[in-house]
Amino acid sequence: MNPTFFAWGATIIALCALVMTGRLIAGPTVPDRVVALDSINTLVVAMMVLLSIVYDSVVMVDVAIVYAGLSFVGTMFIARFMEGGV
Amino acid sequence: MVIFLLSVVTYLLLAWSGGGIDPAEIAIAVVLGGILAIGARSWNPERSWTLAGLNPVRWVSFLVYLFGPFLWGMVKANLDVAMRVITGEIRPGIVRIDSGLKKSLASTMLANSITLTPGTLTVDVDDGPKEGNIFYIHWIYVRDENPAEEDVYGSFGKWARRVAE
Amino acid sequence: MTILIVFFLVVGVTFNLLGTIALFRFPDVFTRLHGTTKCTTFGSIFTSGAVILFAIQKLIVTGEGRFVALAVHVALAIFALLITNPTGAHAIARAAHKSGVLPKLAVVDRLAEDEKKKDGVSA
Repeated sequence: MNPTFFAWGATIIALCALVMTGRLIAGPTVPDRVVALDSINTLVVAMMVLLSIVYDSVVMVDVAIVYAGLSFVGTMFIARFMEGGV
Repeated sequence: MVIFLLSVVTYLLLAWSGGGIDPAEIAIAVVLGGILAIGARSWNPERSWTLAGLNPVRWVSFLVYLFGPFLWGMVKANLDVAMRVITGEIRPGIVRIDSGLKKSLASTMLANSITLTPGTLTVDVDDGPKEGNIFYIHWIYVRDENPAEEDVYGSFGKWARRVAE
Repeated sequence: MTILIVFFLVVGVTFNLLGTIALFRFPDVFTRLHGTTKCTTFGSIFTSGAVILFAIQKLIVTGEGRFVALAVHVALAIFALLITNPTGAHAIARAAHKSGVLPKLAVVDRLAEDEKKKDGVSA
């Protein structure tokens, strides 16, 4: 089992995130864009976990955990902003 | 107490890199856990310093729930959504359900479970009334405009009551 | 073991792709949230599961402690995703409904009805 498979998986997920950017730009309403941003964040976390095998470093997973937490805070903040609370 | 223990354990798991653990790390973990627990308490004064959250029966039933009905529901949900993505057959709508849950932890658990399981997405939770929280659920294929609990999310309500209330 | 890892990877990547397609195919915010939240969470869990299996395999072969650390960290990442993702989706759905983006094609919308009723009582 060599890490090439993980590199390919990360590549496909990166392409998915790139395609989602289309919805981020084109989305007719603001919530559509936030949905796209949230999914891109999830995909980036999945990609980082896969790349930790490719680059053979555990630190990458720690970065992914922190990224997940920060993206959650960002999503909550944008949601609160859309409700008109900020 | 639950927050303290959870943060200490999480910190130690993150700091541990395969070998032994430095005593300094344990000291940092305890200090950080204390800060977090005190902060949570001053933010929400209704929390009490009890050990009720550590009841092992609840934790075991939570794990059983996580790897039993929840995982199975998630697999079904994804196959269902995959079918709908391919065929494009949808009939969306927002329905209303009286869950009868009172505690916020149980409501959170049920709302998250609903979001990850077949065809349903929690839109709003109204925690005003005395007899329990009201869930507004976006259903991707409405079969019944005034559904009962079991029609929408099966046995999850019972599990949430057993684990968290 | 290798076959199992490749199977997990393929399932995870497939569901992530389906989530991407769902984002473009469904007509409004709520149905898009259905597709993306479920599919990307499930797909990410499966790809991370492949990483955990790879770490266990390496641990059996080499016996180094850092692969245990890798598996534990990935499990923590899965838990973080599992808790934060549906909560974020819930917040987006609620904010979208409150900011006036109503579901298209909806056969029934009890939330809007109840909000109207409340406004009628207070006004």
